[in-house]
Amino acid sequence: MSERPVVSENILELTSLTKRFGGLLAVDNVSLHIKRGEVFALIGPNGAGKTTLFNNVTGLFQPTSGRVVFDGRDITGSKPHEVARLGIARTFQNIRLFSYMSCLDNVRVGRHVRMHAKLWDSLFKLPSERHEEERVTQEAMDLLRFVGIAQQANQYARNLPYGQQRRLEIARALATDPKLLLLDEPAAGFTPQEKVELMALVGKILERGVTVFLIEHDMKVVMGISQRIVVLDHGEKIAEGAPDEVRKDARVIEAYLGKSA
Amino acid sequence: MALLQRRRMRDRDAMIYGVLLILALAFPATVLYATGSSALISQAGHAGTFVLLAIGLNVVVGFAGLLDLGYAAFFAIGAYTYALFASSQLDSSPLHHSFHLPFWLMIFVGMFVAAAAGVILGFPTLRLRGDYLAIVTLGFGEIVPQLSYNLPQWTGGINAIGGIDSPSLPAWITGPWAGANNIAIIRPDVCPVLGSSTKFAPCFSFGFDPIAFYVLIVIMIIGAVILVGNLHRSRLGRAWMAIREDEVAAAAMGINTVTTKLLAFAIGASFSGFAGAYYGASFGLVSPDQFLFLVSVTVLVMVVLGGMGSIAGVIVGALVIYFVLNSILPQLPSTVESLANTFGLNSLNVQNGDWPGLAQETQRVSFLVYGLILVLMMLLRPQGIFPSRVREQELKHAAVQEDEAAVEAAHAG
Repeated sequence: MSERPVVSENILELTSLTKRFGGLLAVDNVSLHIKRGEVFALIGPNGAGKTTLFNNVTGLFQPTSGRVVFDGRDITGSKPHEVARLGIARTFQNIRLFSYMSCLDNVRVGRHVRMHAKLWDSLFKLPSERHEEERVTQEAMDLLRFVGIAQQANQYARNLPYGQQRRLEIARALATDPKLLLLDEPAAGFTPQEKVELMALVGKILERGVTVFLIEHDMKVVMGISQRIVVLDHGEKIAEGAPDEVRKDARVIEAYLGKSA
Repeated sequence: MALLQRRRMRDRDAMIYGVLLILALAFPATVLYATGSSALISQAGHAGTFVLLAIGLNVVVGFAGLLDLGYAAFFAIGAYTYALFASSQLDSSPLHHSFHLPFWLMIFVGMFVAAAAGVILGFPTLRLRGDYLAIVTLGFGEIVPQLSYNLPQWTGGINAIGGIDSPSLPAWITGPWAGANNIAIIRPDVCPVLGSSTKFAPCFSFGFDPIAFYVLIVIMIIGAVILVGNLHRSRLGRAWMAIREDEVAAAAMGINTVTTKLLAFAIGASFSGFAGAYYGASFGLVSPDQFLFLVSVTVLVMVVLGGMGSIAGVIVGALVIYFVLNSILPQLPSTVESLANTFGLNSLNVQNGDWPGLAQETQRVSFLVYGLILVLMMLLRPQGIFPSRVREQELKHAAVQEDEAAVEAAHAG
């Protein structure tokens, strides 16, 4: 949406984003924009290119063409750690925690990018480093409490039940102080009760001033929390709009249910 | 804020360190009293070199999860850096001028040269993953000894560099622990003042005094344990572990994986260079065949067997493997021979046809025995002797809540 005059209203703008793997067009000329403070959902059938789009935003993949503008800054082709430093955090579709590290350490790793200790500070445990460690430990505990798994702080991440692992991944992502949080199927495998809790958690995240961009299959969750939705099919954007509009869109129904006879 | 599980691990580690420290302090006096010779102390100093190497390799392999099969190369670089600038070797090189720089300077130079070599090797290769990195480091580990074989005008080649200077100190305290009758400060020699070849001042030269070297290596190890321990519990230490666990997730959390891995490589290499300079000084001789692949593998075995990622563990692992390699295995043939005699199997000790005699045969299979010992140890304790964090299957719920309460209290305070 390059013709939009106001840059600062949108936290993320994708312009004609395309990602090609050999002969496969995984993401095909997708443009979208996400406003500050909203919950924006990306839906579509399996293999539609949703996660690939996430990977292009977070620097895991380099887009074949198109532009990614985050917070008024062109981040196309940036490295993952640069993207994280600028303020985009993410979770993964297949949970990617640091299995053999404690939950507390997982979150403290998330804090890494906002810490200042240099090699010499750590090597000689200078007072500034000690204070930073103490502060970060407190902040990490606060985040574990925020997602409701503070009791598990000392457990190895791999020992947590599935639902708590998803929460830990969100806590870890929030530890990077993101402006934009990308959630890749956060409700996958959840019980209805857990889905309700997740929706409440997303609400709390919004209150922290974080914009949420999520991929989700569960329509109850999507319709319940998102303000706007984009539908992807075969890498192409086939619909965009408020949940009620998208739900009635003929192409969306066709993509999900197949062409009616 | 201390977390309970960590506290328990710290208690265990503190106990290991305490026991090791007491043993290290009591060792020289005990040996002198019991055997009347300092040969064992000299060997302990050599073992200490391997402890230092294991601590360094643990940073690379245990913390950051990078498989380095050429670690001995950095050891060689440290040793040669000291040997070249603290012997008359360069007289016969194309430079025709030798330097005799002081040990206390060169040990840090050796460290930085090794670290630089780590960076130079790591920069193009750390983009590789797992197996590929192992192969590149393996190659590097082969190249460095080959270079010193094939550059005889600089390194003396197969003839080695000998006559390496000993470290010296302005003074040294002697006492009963060194076989002297009373405690005294000794200054028996004169040695050149730093930066001058004409001025001399009283000083104590280490010479081949094993006790002096022993004290030095113990101090170096204590320093290394403190520094590496600090790194382990820091922003950088967590970043290394994160990369080891999941590189993609680590990058997504804002960790620059390339520079972080490079740091692990350089810091590991610097300990190796540090140990190399000490080794050159204490041995007085540096030759390429001291740094072959076997050394890299031995240190790796020490790290894995001790417990990857656990500093106390790899120290114990290094000592155990060193003891097996340098005490148990060499004595095995004679032990077996005398055992056979005790049980009336004297005939086995006699050479007969294809049978070379039991002692000879044991000698032949001693590395098989070594292999068996390693396999047994790994079967019994696959996680290492003292692993980095014992997974507590049943973490007491009450204990966690107690800890939570401590956090809350800290908040309120």
